[in-house]
Amino acid sequence: MKRSNEPFFWSLFSAGGTISALALPAIVGTLWIAPAFGWLEPLDGDDLLALLEPPLARLGVFALVALSLFHWAHRFRFTLYDGLQLKHLFGMIATLCYGGATALTLMAGYLLWSL
Amino acid sequence: MNDTVTLEVFRYRPEEAEEPTFERFRVPARRQWMILDALNHVKDDLDGSLSFRWACRMGVCGSCGMTVNGKPVLTCATYLSDAASSRDPVRIEPLHGFPVVRDLIGDIRDFIAKLKRVKAWIVRDDEKPLSEGAYLQTPAELARYKQYSMCINCMLCYAACPIYPLEPEFIGPAAIALAQRYNLDSRDAGAEQRMDVLSRDDGIWSCTFVGECSVVCPKNVDPAGAIQRYKLQATADWFKSLLMPWRGR
Amino acid sequence: MSKSYRLYHPKWYRRRMPIFWWLRAWSYTRFITRELTSLAVGYGAVLLLVSIWAVTRSEETYEHFSDLVLSTPALVLHLLVLAALLLHTLTWLNLAPRAMALYVGGRRVPDALVLAAHYLAWAAVSVGVVWLLTRGTA
Repeated sequence: MKRSNEPFFWSLFSAGGTISALALPAIVGTLWIAPAFGWLEPLDGDDLLALLEPPLARLGVFALVALSLFHWAHRFRFTLYDGLQLKHLFGMIATLCYGGATALTLMAGYLLWSL
Repeated sequence: MNDTVTLEVFRYRPEEAEEPTFERFRVPARRQWMILDALNHVKDDLDGSLSFRWACRMGVCGSCGMTVNGKPVLTCATYLSDAASSRDPVRIEPLHGFPVVRDLIGDIRDFIAKLKRVKAWIVRDDEKPLSEGAYLQTPAELARYKQYSMCINCMLCYAACPIYPLEPEFIGPAAIALAQRYNLDSRDAGAEQRMDVLSRDDGIWSCTFVGECSVVCPKNVDPAGAIQRYKLQATADWFKSLLMPWRGR
Repeated sequence: MSKSYRLYHPKWYRRRMPIFWWLRAWSYTRFITRELTSLAVGYGAVLLLVSIWAVTRSEETYEHFSDLVLSTPALVLHLLVLAALLLHTLTWLNLAPRAMALYVGGRRVPDALVLAAHYLAWAAVSVGVVWLLTRGTA
């Protein structure tokens, strides 16, 4: 009897859920809400590049982006299966969700590597 | 009139009609009555053809689960007056998620089959002969699985779970909680066998932690917690067998 | 009775699950709302990615992006996104103790402790993020 390979995707979902839960609210608030209200100076291009200079920072941002995307992919897949009863479209949905997440992750990796 | 309560009962008599109907019965509004008492009054005095399951009438056998006012409950543990105050007439239907055989009776053999698949009993490689005495267990070892042993197989959790009707292959909350009850039992050696059954797409991986199963459980078994804990275990096991394939199964 | 007989038994009544089952009970609606917060998580990741792309493209692209992101319609959207992200964080952290049964020296670690540790981690990460992002510009 074959055991499922779902644990792999579930671990990405879990890690992504945790890292996004801890970091994203503060990031969204600091980068895109507080400056819009005038409470903070918006981050300009040079500041952003300076922040992303250390390899550890790039790795951290890559992990955040990649894991958050796979968290979305896994969760949204199940939401479509159960919420809209689209399980019969599992091929298309899996491709859309995981394919999209993979493509964006590769783009993130490329961008951060070539900074 | 508040000396009577109206019940709106799901009736399904396949020999008479293809579609189910709702039938209303007026029962006395006795303060100490449970829904089950009202149903028995209907069967005794109003309509003897009403069919439903019950046994112990004290919340330990798990037979009398039904959907009352949209919620899965044990009818022997739900006051008629409470149900009537939230919705009058009180709507009584069979448990959701199970095919209806007749009136308030659902076909639960799917659940029984799943209990067997999950090997809900002590599995041992070697049995100690009686002459060697009992298997000993410390209170700490008992505490590890005790919560999950409280399950009375009432299937309210299956009725509350939205995944079960959508995916009837889903092994379900109680089966997983009971599997865990044995996995965590120090006398048991069947964890690997159970993982073959549980770590599948129709096993724990269909669960999306809605959590309603634990909300409706009359014995606080917390099957949702059992499932999530098992997901972590199954994931750890998956990585271990990937990274260290030499570890024997 | 074989399984196939039971499955196709003509007389047993099977109730269909409606498409909008999650609108029929408040608990189910709460669940779907919680699951839909994953869209906010995905959005946050994508926006971060876009901002990095913009800064590597050119000065003008990043400035244009910055203007867009700080505009009023974007702010309204982002307030909704933040609300969804906070819902994600709170529901995620609150459910964490249920998934973990940690035993230290034979005794179960109380849920309240696990929960407190998670919230502490959230506070620490948030403070760290704010500090990192504001130290150049403050």
